[in-house]
Amino acid sequence: MILLIQYTLLFASVLLLVALGGCFSEHSGVINIGLEGIMVFGALGGALVMRYLPGGTSAVVIVCLCVCAAMLAGMIYSLLLAVAAVNFKADQTLVGTAMNLLGTAAATVIVKALNTAANPDNPSATIQYVNERKAFLMFDNLEFSWLMPLTLVLLILAYTVLYKTRFGLRLQACGEHPQAAASVGINVYKMRYAGVMTSGLLGGLGGLAYITAGVSEWKFENGVAGFGFLALAVMIFGGWKPFRIALAALLFGFFRSLSNVYTGFDILNQLNLPGTVYNMMPYIISLIVLILFSKNSAAPKAEGIPYDQGSR
Amino acid sequence: MENGQREQGGSEYAVEMLHITKRFPGIIANDDITLQLRKGEIHALLGENGAGKSTLMSVLFGLYQPEEGEIRINGKKVHINDPNDANDLGIGMVHQHFKLVECFTVLDNIILGVEPVSKLGFLKKAEARQRLIELSRKYGLSVDPDARISDITVGMQQRTEILKMLYRENDILIFDEPTAVLTPQEIEELMQIMKNLAAEGKSILFISHKLAEIMAVADRCSVLRKGKYIGTVNTKDTTVDELSAMMVGRNVNFHVEKEPRTPGKVILKVEGMTVASRMHKNNAVKNVSFEVREGEIVCIAGIDGNGQTEFVYGLSGLEPLVSGKITLGGKDVSKTAIRERSILGMSHIPEDRHKHGLVLDYTLEDNIVLQRYFEPDYTKAGFLRRKNIRSYAEKLIEQYDIRSGQGPATIARSMSGGNQQKAIVAREIDKDPSLLIAVQPTRGLDVGAIEYIHKQLVAHRDAGKAVLLVSLEMDEVLDVSDRILVMYEGEIVAELDPKTTTPEEMGLYMAGAKRKEM
Repeated sequence: MILLIQYTLLFASVLLLVALGGCFSEHSGVINIGLEGIMVFGALGGALVMRYLPGGTSAVVIVCLCVCAAMLAGMIYSLLLAVAAVNFKADQTLVGTAMNLLGTAAATVIVKALNTAANPDNPSATIQYVNERKAFLMFDNLEFSWLMPLTLVLLILAYTVLYKTRFGLRLQACGEHPQAAASVGINVYKMRYAGVMTSGLLGGLGGLAYITAGVSEWKFENGVAGFGFLALAVMIFGGWKPFRIALAALLFGFFRSLSNVYTGFDILNQLNLPGTVYNMMPYIISLIVLILFSKNSAAPKAEGIPYDQGSR
Repeated sequence: MENGQREQGGSEYAVEMLHITKRFPGIIANDDITLQLRKGEIHALLGENGAGKSTLMSVLFGLYQPEEGEIRINGKKVHINDPNDANDLGIGMVHQHFKLVECFTVLDNIILGVEPVSKLGFLKKAEARQRLIELSRKYGLSVDPDARISDITVGMQQRTEILKMLYRENDILIFDEPTAVLTPQEIEELMQIMKNLAAEGKSILFISHKLAEIMAVADRCSVLRKGKYIGTVNTKDTTVDELSAMMVGRNVNFHVEKEPRTPGKVILKVEGMTVASRMHKNNAVKNVSFEVREGEIVCIAGIDGNGQTEFVYGLSGLEPLVSGKITLGGKDVSKTAIRERSILGMSHIPEDRHKHGLVLDYTLEDNIVLQRYFEPDYTKAGFLRRKNIRSYAEKLIEQYDIRSGQGPATIARSMSGGNQQKAIVAREIDKDPSLLIAVQPTRGLDVGAIEYIHKQLVAHRDAGKAVLLVSLEMDEVLDVSDRILVMYEGEIVAELDPKTTTPEEMGLYMAGAKRKEM
């Protein structure tokens, strides 16, 4: 049971971080399909820091550096989307898809190159961080990561920023009715950049949270197994609102964690279902949720539409 | 500059746009136009669609830079490079299509862009609300600060736009065709609000092509025609006829000329039609029965929102019927597809030309052929016959005088509202339908275009076809129709003869105060 809670919280925090990222991007009016790719880059940033830090570095430093590196990597990568979608008015879905393909591929190439350079007999795309990962754990024997309380703080912060500050009001105006925002002197381009970069920041951190969730090495050719897309489903299910996204993330996290821990439950064992069924669960749930909820969705009205000053 | 005040020439005016010329490729949108807005006056800017009013306002807001001419604000020469500059100079505008964020509250919309914040960037909404309440009291603009824009009436949305300007302490207020979307009562209120604002010292520029409103509310009126400045007159010293002649360049006949005709056989027969409302989950049209015959114009009159929209949806096939039967030319079409109805002789000039009338990002020619592209003349083996489409479009453009920048290749979105409507009218009438359903066909159009469309409707009737007109305009109903059916809360409550009825009598039925046994 404790295992189930652990994993639910682990996966929920990953989904929450990434979905909050998506939430900022979409509220600014840019659809961010590229969250998957952003997560991979965030994960890469964090993993590289863990790999290259000297052995005796203190836990606090490791965590702080990893978090910063992941956020920075995700943010820089998200600039691709910002430039393409905001300046060049590209199709946001296409750019996002390209970012996903590029993310995993580029990370694999980079890690392989680094591995081969360090040891010619090791052409794998895997980074190991057995010891460094321990820095993230709050307790010795339990899988409670420091990233969980950080996620909680970021959740509250996200809510406050979106609904209580000038920035949030303007950001949402740009996603709902950019012409209205522009007519009162708001720079829509800047706000959309801010939205996309915030999503890069949170998405990157989500990537780090994902590769430190219960494992001590990461094969970068696997990417992040569709977690970016799951996060999008979480965001839609959560109605683009932070606290509802949090609840949605818990639900999805629960189903995702079942596949890790179902062997520990007698009832589930008696059902005698193959493990793959549990693995499929979150994806099937997200499919169902999207079918049921995307109809009366509260998506920002202007999302996906490139803003053009001239158009009426 | 500031000390001259009212008597002296320099600062008598809040806004002076002197000899403004703005050219676009192939067209001079503004040709040496001068507009002078006195402080504290309501000044109307009158002109047909495409006369250059919008261009002139875009110049004032810095969206376009004029090739010639200068702008003075309070007597001082200024350069306006973008809307922020205009805002800094105290110029605010209520756009025809409101610039409001639908899912925000009234308060959020008003403070957007000028939010009062604490040092950390947190919104100080209590403070803003207080100011908003004071302003709305002072100017008699009642709004609910916490209501969402999507939940409130168009009238309240407009008051929100006005408060937005007042909150920014703008002194020069521009209203771009503010009455197009309002009900008669709301128009009445708006007029009073504008007068109050002028009395408080605000200078108001009122862009319109509704002559009666201009006469009622404005002090002076400047007229533009085809990009040129025609003149400025005091409304006290002029008449509606003179204004319309200035605007159109000839005398306009407001009365629709038509010969009496005896209706022929029944074209459309509707029995017990009931249509559900999408928005309110009830029946918007209840058990409606009537007939339309050859050679007559039947008008459905009523106040907006009494089921007319759903009524037309049901007739045209946009919405399925809950019950009832529609017979078109002797054939039951209650369940047939929209295209089937169209081929059987039903044409539909829709209420919302952007939503159901045009594909805005298609070219004019593609829009014109939209109802018949599948005919062998325009399609061969699944491929469009571009040449034929082009020549067909050119024929209609010529015949119906549809004006546009690049002829058949013009993107519909870039055309003026009047010409968009003409394109729809051309497409629907040229099909030579046995039944023409025209829903508010003159909405938002200037007098020249209205006269033209009324003539087309009458011509279609004189050709022995049936016309069903749905209109909210009392004058239009009385002028154009041969028979009036009044709709109230989804039911037809009266059948009136336009020759014998009066607006007052119609009003009683429209308001539900009276009903006939049908």
